[in-house]
Amino acid sequence: MIDALNAGIALLLLALGAYAVMAKDVFAALVGYIAYGLLLTLAWMQLRGPDVALTEAAIGGGLTGAMLIAAATRLRDRDAAARAPMPGIGARVLAATLSAVVASAVAWSVASLPEPAATLAPQTLAAMPALEVGNPVTAVLLGFRALDTLLEAIVVVLALIGVWSLAPDKAWGGRLGRLQHAQPDGMLAYAARILAPIGIVIGMYIFWIGADLPGGKFQGATLLAAMWLLVWMAGLTDAPAVDRRWLRAMLVAGPLAFVAIGVFGAVQAGAFLAYPAGLAKPLIIVIEIALMPTLTLVLALVLVGPPLREPER
Amino acid sequence: MDAVVDFMSIVAIVAGAAFFAAGTIGLLRFPDTMTRLHALTKADNLGVGLVILGLLPRAGSITAGIKLLLVWLLVLFAGAIVSQLVGRVASREPPR
Repeated sequence: MIDALNAGIALLLLALGAYAVMAKDVFAALVGYIAYGLLLTLAWMQLRGPDVALTEAAIGGGLTGAMLIAAATRLRDRDAAARAPMPGIGARVLAATLSAVVASAVAWSVASLPEPAATLAPQTLAAMPALEVGNPVTAVLLGFRALDTLLEAIVVVLALIGVWSLAPDKAWGGRLGRLQHAQPDGMLAYAARILAPIGIVIGMYIFWIGADLPGGKFQGATLLAAMWLLVWMAGLTDAPAVDRRWLRAMLVAGPLAFVAIGVFGAVQAGAFLAYPAGLAKPLIIVIEIALMPTLTLVLALVLVGPPLREPER
Repeated sequence: MDAVVDFMSIVAIVAGAAFFAAGTIGLLRFPDTMTRLHALTKADNLGVGLVILGLLPRAGSITAGIKLLLVWLLVLFAGAIVSQLVGRVASREPPR
């Protein structure tokens, strides 16, 4: 019964992947891709990876889908590249062959993994008591491989700087994105008023529960960003101007706090990002709390896009 | 008692799945946006509602049950809002 379910998920994933690649219409391809992300969430749950499933649902299916739709909408009106003719048969055959080679290489490596697979899970579980967190994924992300998480936090800020660098010269210093034109007493504004408080509570809950159960700052921050985006799209608030000092301070505060704690570890415990004994849990919580506003802002503002309006002065 | 609860659970989940199937067929077969929305909202509201009703006795704890009910209410709310928004856009565009 469960095998049939898993086989069904795998077949549907393949079919949706093929559909997203082959669909002629960009929007149809995106819908296929988002459905693919949601189905992938189910697959991760079946593989008993609820942490990955949560991230996939929030970021893979939700945020990336919304970003791609925003990009497609922007390209539709003015960019000739979006309406460029299909590449010739030779280019298509070449692309298909390359994709097939890569896919076979991946499939071959997965199939040739030793059984049981090499794993660091026992070492992780054995070392976990020192960190005093109950969720092994959090222990890895903020304890044993904290450097990866630090670099990730810096990369997302760089991504936002990349988006901002697309601003037209005369809009630099202006508010981010376009003005939203929803009716203030319309359906969307009503939805934003009701949903945003609930979503904020759920986002904070997912953030806080991450210490012991699946969840954490990334998933929580995605929900908070989604709630702010809803309020923004409903026209109940406007995006900040790109030159606001508080905005820039909040964007770098998270990674800077992370680096500061790393240096503190270098002085106190002998290695960058090492936690002194007994201080691991408090320091991890400080890092999580410091990263939360940065991540929320980056995830929301990447979708809002570069400043497009002239500064108001 | 357990058998009765299990039976109710199965009946509710199967009924919910039937609403999803009907909603999906409607989504694929109905001729225009408004009727397709009509099919979709039935799957959302009653389908999810019945599946969650069937899952409630298996939730294991009161808090898990409350979370399930919250999921249903949020789906109801979001579904109602989204179908209103889609419907409004569809009523502006010429029918195809």
